[in-house]
Amino acid sequence: MEWLDSFWATYNTLVLSIGTNVLLALSIYLTLATGLLTVANAAFMGIGAYTAGLLTTQLGMPLIVALILGSLLPAVVALAIGRPTLRLSGVYLAMATLAFGEVVRILILNAEGLTGGALGLNGIPQLTQWFDVALAVVLTLVVLLRLARSRIGRTMAAICQDEIATEIMGLNVRAYKLFVFVSGGALAGLAGGLNAHFTFFISPNEYGFERAVDILAMGVLGGTGSPWGAVIGGLLITLLPELLRGLGHYRPLINGIILILIILYSPKGIWNLFRPVSESTRLPAAP
Amino acid sequence: MLAQQIVNAISLGGVYALFALGFTLIFGVLNVVNLAHGAVFMIGAYAALKAVVVLQLPLPVAILVAMLVTGAVGWLLEKFIFAPLRARQAPHLAPMIATIGVAITVTSLIEGTFGSENLRFPAEVLPAEILSMGGGAQITWLELEIIVLAFALMAILLWGLRKTGAGRALRGLAESPKAAALMGVNVEAFFRVTSILAALLGGAAGVLIALYANAVFPHMGQPMLHKGIAVVILGGMGDIRGALLGGFFLGFAEVLSVAYIGSNMRDAIAFGLLFIVLLLRPQGLFGHVAQRRA
Repeated sequence: MEWLDSFWATYNTLVLSIGTNVLLALSIYLTLATGLLTVANAAFMGIGAYTAGLLTTQLGMPLIVALILGSLLPAVVALAIGRPTLRLSGVYLAMATLAFGEVVRILILNAEGLTGGALGLNGIPQLTQWFDVALAVVLTLVVLLRLARSRIGRTMAAICQDEIATEIMGLNVRAYKLFVFVSGGALAGLAGGLNAHFTFFISPNEYGFERAVDILAMGVLGGTGSPWGAVIGGLLITLLPELLRGLGHYRPLINGIILILIILYSPKGIWNLFRPVSESTRLPAAP
Repeated sequence: MLAQQIVNAISLGGVYALFALGFTLIFGVLNVVNLAHGAVFMIGAYAALKAVVVLQLPLPVAILVAMLVTGAVGWLLEKFIFAPLRARQAPHLAPMIATIGVAITVTSLIEGTFGSENLRFPAEVLPAEILSMGGGAQITWLELEIIVLAFALMAILLWGLRKTGAGRALRGLAESPKAAALMGVNVEAFFRVTSILAALLGGAAGVLIALYANAVFPHMGQPMLHKGIAVVILGGMGDIRGALLGGFFLGFAEVLSVAYIGSNMRDAIAFGLLFIVLLLRPQGLFGHVAQRRA
């Protein structure tokens, strides 16, 4: 078991990052599968990370309480901004959530008394264990896989296909949109809380536009036809830069090229390549 | 004090407007949210810098070189991203995500090639004389040139769109590609021209901001892109005059908030404003009815 110990010592952060990134990918899967392009997940992650981090460092709360509150607060924020924001559609929604993300980042940056400002929040106890992350991922995945096959999942796909037709069928489209937006926010917050408790240090710029794009890339790369797509996306986007360490500054290049190639040649993501033909023609995916 | 702030706001607002014009042109005509516009802007700054430092060209020529280079980038974008996606009738989110990919790719290419540090124009190429204006306001030659160039480019574009046959065809295309095609407009050619034109304006804005702040770095396009988005939404998406007004509006809002509130809240004001406008008036502050609401 010696090799396992040394493997773990070298790669534990990477393994934990894979877990939290899969959670983030699943959080954007929820909205993308409903046909909503929202890029606020990085901001929700930031709110979750700061909430959880402050609760454990300042108030000495146990991790589980911090994590619960760290996913509740972004959910409440999502609920508050979701009602007006989700009236927008398409690119307007994307722009609004982008603007929201910037506002959150700048607020964290400027609330120096609470968050430490640009210097970030230091000395967060490393409480996250591998089984915490594994449990969170497995539970989320099980729930979302069940959800995809349920009435809610089918309604999400229907809204993605044709919002007006879904509304005419008598389904409360606004409520469903709000539901996926809020649960996506909670999930991103949970990922943020878990992440903060193994990186030791967080700063506002980790939750800016670049993180938002990363999360989007995971969702799009894997494909939004199934939660498994998000798992693939999260895994690949986390692992690729590690495998390409030798490239230095050129590393993000690979993410960029993958995004372009996927959109041009396999717009439904990698997961779609594995699906049986009949199923993929029956249920086309977003975006 | 106020007069000085107004001078600053006009030069900053002019560059914002120039940048936003290209962005809004692509949205209006191609119906694409081009998130690579910030990267194009950054390429313009690097091209001008290299033209000055490596090729020893005078500044005005370097600006032309930068516009040529970014124009070529615009052509490539159209050829390899926009045209294939249009041919496939991909949903409008597809080009948006693809251009994010382009922005990441280009930024990391530049960062890998030229390094991530902040590069500067050599001091001797920047005109440094200061002109005194009434009311205690001062303006440097550089600011004056930035204002003149930004306004000249905008005036040429507006005149071209209003008065020339090509401009009318382009505006028709923005209304309805199908109708324009039936009227004998070569739609594909105009898409190409629009993409080149927009990139060229973005490149020019890149040079001007690089001169204004005397700073060229790989990630300079990203904050600008966010501001461009703010401007275009403030003015109404796809609306040319809206982009102009929005640019100056943001220029004034930023300069005045720095002067009277504090510099650290500058960006929060721009995006707070944007967020509020989106919620209350998604057609933009100056827009009538958004014709191309998604």
